[in-house]
Amino acid sequence: MVPIRNIAVAPSSLTYHDLPWVVQHREDRCTLCGRCTSVCPKEAIYLTYRRQRLPKMVLQASERGSAYRTFYGIRQRTDLAHRCIGCGMCSMVCPNEAIGPHPNANDERARFLDTEKGEPIKRGGRRNSRESLLDRIIFNRISMLTDPALDAGRHEFSVNTLLGRVLPPEEYIRRKAAGEWIPPVREIFPFIIGSMSFGALSPNMWLGLLQGVAYCNEVLGIPVVMATGEGGCPPWVLRSKFLKYIILQIASGYFGWDEIIRALPEMQCDPAAIEIKYGQGAKPGDGGLLMWFKVSKIIARLRGVPEGVDLPSPPVHQTLYSIEESVMKMIQTMSMAWNFKVPVYPKISGSTSAKAVLNNLVRNPYAGALLIDGIDGGTGAAYNISMDATGHPIASNLRECYLDLAAQGKQNEIPLFAAGGVGKNGNVTRNGMALVMLGASGVHMGKYMMQAAAGCLGSERNRCNVCNIGVCPKGITSQNPKLYRRLDPDAVAQRVAETFMAINTEVKKIMAPLGRSQSLPIGMSDAIAIDDQAAADRLKIRYVC
Amino acid sequence: MCRLALKTAAEPFSPYSVLTAMEAMQEGYDGSGLGLLLRGLTFADYRYSPEDPILSGIAHTEESLDRLNELMRAKGFELKYDHDFTVDLREIEAKDRHKYFLRVYKVPVAWKEYSREQAEEQLMLTRVALRLDGETHGGDLTVFSFWPEVAMIKEVGWPLAVGNALGLQDGRLKARVVMAQGRQNTNYGINLYACHPFFIQGIGTMTNGENTAFVPIRDWLLGQHHPAYIGYQSDSEVFTHILHYTLRKLKLPLAAYKHIITPLKTEELQQHPQGDFLLGLRNACRRLIIDGPNCVMGTLPDETCLVVMDHKKMRPCTVGGRPGEWAFASEMCGVDAMIPDRDRSLDFQPMRQHTVIIPPDRKERQIWSQFETLPLPQAA
Repeated sequence: MVPIRNIAVAPSSLTYHDLPWVVQHREDRCTLCGRCTSVCPKEAIYLTYRRQRLPKMVLQASERGSAYRTFYGIRQRTDLAHRCIGCGMCSMVCPNEAIGPHPNANDERARFLDTEKGEPIKRGGRRNSRESLLDRIIFNRISMLTDPALDAGRHEFSVNTLLGRVLPPEEYIRRKAAGEWIPPVREIFPFIIGSMSFGALSPNMWLGLLQGVAYCNEVLGIPVVMATGEGGCPPWVLRSKFLKYIILQIASGYFGWDEIIRALPEMQCDPAAIEIKYGQGAKPGDGGLLMWFKVSKIIARLRGVPEGVDLPSPPVHQTLYSIEESVMKMIQTMSMAWNFKVPVYPKISGSTSAKAVLNNLVRNPYAGALLIDGIDGGTGAAYNISMDATGHPIASNLRECYLDLAAQGKQNEIPLFAAGGVGKNGNVTRNGMALVMLGASGVHMGKYMMQAAAGCLGSERNRCNVCNIGVCPKGITSQNPKLYRRLDPDAVAQRVAETFMAINTEVKKIMAPLGRSQSLPIGMSDAIAIDDQAAADRLKIRYVC
Repeated sequence: MCRLALKTAAEPFSPYSVLTAMEAMQEGYDGSGLGLLLRGLTFADYRYSPEDPILSGIAHTEESLDRLNELMRAKGFELKYDHDFTVDLREIEAKDRHKYFLRVYKVPVAWKEYSREQAEEQLMLTRVALRLDGETHGGDLTVFSFWPEVAMIKEVGWPLAVGNALGLQDGRLKARVVMAQGRQNTNYGINLYACHPFFIQGIGTMTNGENTAFVPIRDWLLGQHHPAYIGYQSDSEVFTHILHYTLRKLKLPLAAYKHIITPLKTEELQQHPQGDFLLGLRNACRRLIIDGPNCVMGTLPDETCLVVMDHKKMRPCTVGGRPGEWAFASEMCGVDAMIPDRDRSLDFQPMRQHTVIIPPDRKERQIWSQFETLPLPQAA
């Protein structure tokens, strides 16, 4: 029998080849400066010394049979708490390009063991799937003959959309003549910065976004608005003229609303809208979750809670008996709080029951819109199972809601807004305009903005995705000043402006060849096609190959 | 690009004169269709009473004509006059034209109880019922209009050839308003219903260019479930229905049409004396915003004529004439052919903000700009 040495191995033992990301280190380039080990958000690597045996042929008895060399090197930790997340900050700080994470081409065994202490995987980010149906939609109704294509650079384009309840024309004329209430409507850019809370985002990120949004509105003339997410809004913003660029969200935890209510009498202007969150595409059925790592002093103050405690919002609004009543009463209450001058709309997660909610809203004269968040939506913290497997893709969900409204001749009366996976692979305008042509009045994008404006490292290969534990290496989703001071709000603002300028141009580059310039082509389903027959049938658009 | 010609005159004239004007603009169409709308119709062979509705269309088979007779009889209409075209079918491409009908009916006695609005509703429903009957029988019956003093002719072929085939040069038919469109086929299949002008409850419009916002507008109009908001074989039919919606459903003045199809920008509306009302109107009618390039010419039941441009102004139009006689055409040579002896220096080419209106008295052309105040008491 061959002797086998005992080794210390447990069911959960892993080697670096079992981990999703393998750190490759080149000793010949390393200066041993230690920057990589100090920057690593997971402390996945450490500097250590190692010994190497140098065997050699022994000819004289006076010599030893082996020599040893001692050297310094970087080593990767293999316990799950310290697994490499592939963020790549080590390569970012390395002066010599000596280190970097690489996706494990081998079987990733760590996945099977990531249930320590009975806790399933929790993370930030979005569904770990790179597939995007929206990326397959093309714009193919090109104006060629009777209607020559327009010049995206020189023609005048109206690309803005409306947020708020639009009355049927006859009803508008009647109410106007009778001097009755006309629901508030905002003219906004159709790409909206989706709900990300002050709490999920670092103060610098939030400030950068707001600065960028203000610049887009006041200098570039692009009426961009951003949504707060649950958790309120810094008191100075509530009392500033910038509030008109902000959609305030109320969700089931009502976090931050003490501050908002207190600020009401002192507000200089109305907010862009009020969003009532009933669901979120990334984690349908769950409320918001701000983990204790991120509940800093300022967040605690804003939300009216003690520091350092988990802040889970309930899955539903608890104060009311049923969802229908909740929707109706909350919309009315919120409308009344701002004297019926601010559009109020619900946000729901994509679902087969979205149409039921929609039809409920159609009959509610105060409902200002409906935002549907698809399965590819992002979040700061959720269970992996919710993110990966729960929810409804946005394209077909939106389309069936739009067609349902169209059958009643009510399309755009309740403007539909779509979210979840817009710009997932970087094609933000393409995805957004595809949704517009399927029937959306506009789209919300959160994750894309973090990636485009602040260089978020997260990806659908499960890269980084640690927004939940407050260690964001770029300082985007952390409340730790040592981390968020890495993020310069001015630089974020500049990126916000650059991003929206580019989207604005791309929108025109899509509309011009379609011969459209007078209005956003909502529901222009004759302009789009997809290379999948089943999807084309489902979406009632053209199939091309 | 399709060619458009419209002539309105206090003295009835032969539609053939407008077809000769079409000839002057012949580079622009491909013979895939001619549409004619005659309003203020008079017959040389019949003393027409202007309140009697005229039914116009084509029966493609004898059987469909029988069905038509039966349907009209069942509804209580009494045939007063059946205009007999001097038809030369050799000049017509299509081989299935059994009869071009242009008939004057007397409305059922029971309609005496009806208000004007109810009677107009019934005329529309009768036309739609006949059209649907044709469609359910393989398209053997095509009905274009059913309205007092109005007749329409649509046919595939060169405008002058169609006129010759129907003997329009014989002077037996005259009208005070004639609209004609020579088609450049952009709808792939050739369909008679796709020929302009389009007609609904006395309102007729014709267009050149293409409305790229057609599908969302069509979807919305269909969603209104109005019995006559049907068809849409052409993207331009929505212009007629939007005009109908503006005047008859919203009961807005004619000048509001332009504000609905091509509203002003927010910055412009903020300077407008009725900006608040118009901004709200733009929002409410957002689904009816067209995206040209288009030139839309139309006529109303009271013989008012109008022409509007889309917002991009990529389609030409010239308005010329003199008191009592006016012409619109997509080319200047068309106006020359219709009214040669006018003061050309007074010709007008509408821009993106204009609506040119020739009122029924035809004394002067009115140029109304979107930047001006809308004649609307409730908006003040």
